[in-house]
Amino acid sequence: MASDGRSVGRSGRTASVSPTVRQSDSPTPVVESRAYNFWYGANHALHDVTIAIPPHAITALIGPSGCGKTTFLRSINRMHDLTPGARHAGDILLDGGSIFAPGTDVVSLRRRIGMVFQRPNPFPKSVYDNVAYGPRLNAMAAPRELPDRVERALRQAALWDEVSSRLREPGTALSGGQQQRLCIARALANEPEVLLLDEPCSALDPIATQRIEELLVELKKTYTIVIVTHNMQQAARVSDYTGFFYVGHLVEFGETEQVFTRPIDDRTEAYITGRFG
Amino acid sequence: MSGRALRRHLASRAMTAVVVVLSFTAVLALLLILGDLVLKGASSIDWAFFTKSPVPAGQSGGGVANAIVGTGIIVGLAALIGVPIGVAAGLYLAEYGSGRLGFVVRFIADVLNGTPSIVVGIVAWTFIVRPTHGYSALAGSVALAILMIPMLARTTEEMVRLVPHSLREAALALGYPRWRTSLKIVARTALGGIVTGCLVGIARIAGETAPLLFTALGNLNFSVDITQPMQSLSLQIYVYATGPFEEWHRLAWASALVLMGLVLIISITARWVTRQRYGRIR
Repeated sequence: MASDGRSVGRSGRTASVSPTVRQSDSPTPVVESRAYNFWYGANHALHDVTIAIPPHAITALIGPSGCGKTTFLRSINRMHDLTPGARHAGDILLDGGSIFAPGTDVVSLRRRIGMVFQRPNPFPKSVYDNVAYGPRLNAMAAPRELPDRVERALRQAALWDEVSSRLREPGTALSGGQQQRLCIARALANEPEVLLLDEPCSALDPIATQRIEELLVELKKTYTIVIVTHNMQQAARVSDYTGFFYVGHLVEFGETEQVFTRPIDDRTEAYITGRFG
Repeated sequence: MSGRALRRHLASRAMTAVVVVLSFTAVLALLLILGDLVLKGASSIDWAFFTKSPVPAGQSGGGVANAIVGTGIIVGLAALIGVPIGVAAGLYLAEYGSGRLGFVVRFIADVLNGTPSIVVGIVAWTFIVRPTHGYSALAGSVALAILMIPMLARTTEEMVRLVPHSLREAALALGYPRWRTSLKIVARTALGGIVTGCLVGIARIAGETAPLLFTALGNLNFSVDITQPMQSLSLQIYVYATGPFEEWHRLAWASALVLMGLVLIISITARWVTRQRYGRIR
């Protein structure tokens, strides 16, 4: 599955001739994909995706349904490993190292790349246990430090004030918005470098959505954030960089303001002005 | 009301009536059995019934303490053997059983599920009683466990499959290896359903008679030695009900009532566990 050195080199050149992808002028990217292709069986879902995701910023991936945004997001922490019939070509780098390199420990990779899903999915356990799951597994904290770590993660997720007296209650008893913030806290407790969010607000009401958005803006100081969203206003509001996916291609990538006000590609313009999608 | 609406309305009423009558018939069978048992058995149940062993035929008095304790031991031992194997097999089928081996295991479980219990009894006789030259409670437990394992494997599989995929993904994304996800997240979440499945399985084997005929054999004396023949309520009922004495018939009815009550208690517990489970998740 892992690509060899040659294909990486070739893909590097492919990227430089791609006209509509503006490389960001930020420092070294945290996550970088090079001519990444992905197939579900015979279905070629991603074509030569080359993208450099800058650190300590929010990168939004937008595009119509089924265009490959989520597929790409899930590739970054290798969630496709267990998908039957999935295969890929090209490479994805985390801090300059290939995530597909032989000997890469998927477990520690996923510890460095946290993920939040479309629907809140807390474990049927207490609020405390939900957050403590990651640190416990990864033996990152001595048992006596665990409560501090849980509190820190819950504070980072702006949930502490609401649940500090309900830590023993089941996580599933919280409201939808709180559950999603609990899932964010659960991911943050692992102290990842990158936080992936797959349409984290699509199951939430506008007020809960706003809270999560404020939270993300706060979190980007510490983490690199990649968010898939169907909501273009959301992308425009919170993100620093935007990538537009269309039928498996990364059509355009650049600073959010540029992409939304002066898109280079006609398809991007058509999509953000609501002519399709 | 137009003609068509009226016809639809009447058809709906008629179908509802049919369904109600059929459901009632189904429940009626249980009520008749239970009522009959209470009528004929309740009067023979006293303290001695639970505390004394049987007295020689012809004498009055005595109880079935040996059979009650025997049922407990035989069924408990069967659960001890059957539950781990059955649950593990079910977990395997649900989490890893998509390949050829999974297909084979599932197929065998289905065939075994449909095997008459007396055949299982004969198998246990062939492989345990004959080589060891003696009937034993242990052989009976093994026979019951064999009946239980395919049942548990399939119910566990169903319950584990009900666990939302999103929970698995959440655990994997936190860096849980797959086997730990299966055990810590998936199996834990399905625990209520798995426990229910085990209790239903235990309730089913508690009433089995045929597999015990050539294995535990039965014993008129009080015994807790699992290497020796042991009495069970079902065997007791079989012997007493077919015997010639009025006193035996009386005790058979009472034993049947106790066995039925036991099974009912287990089933109700299973219901309760299920309710708890749905109360907790969402």
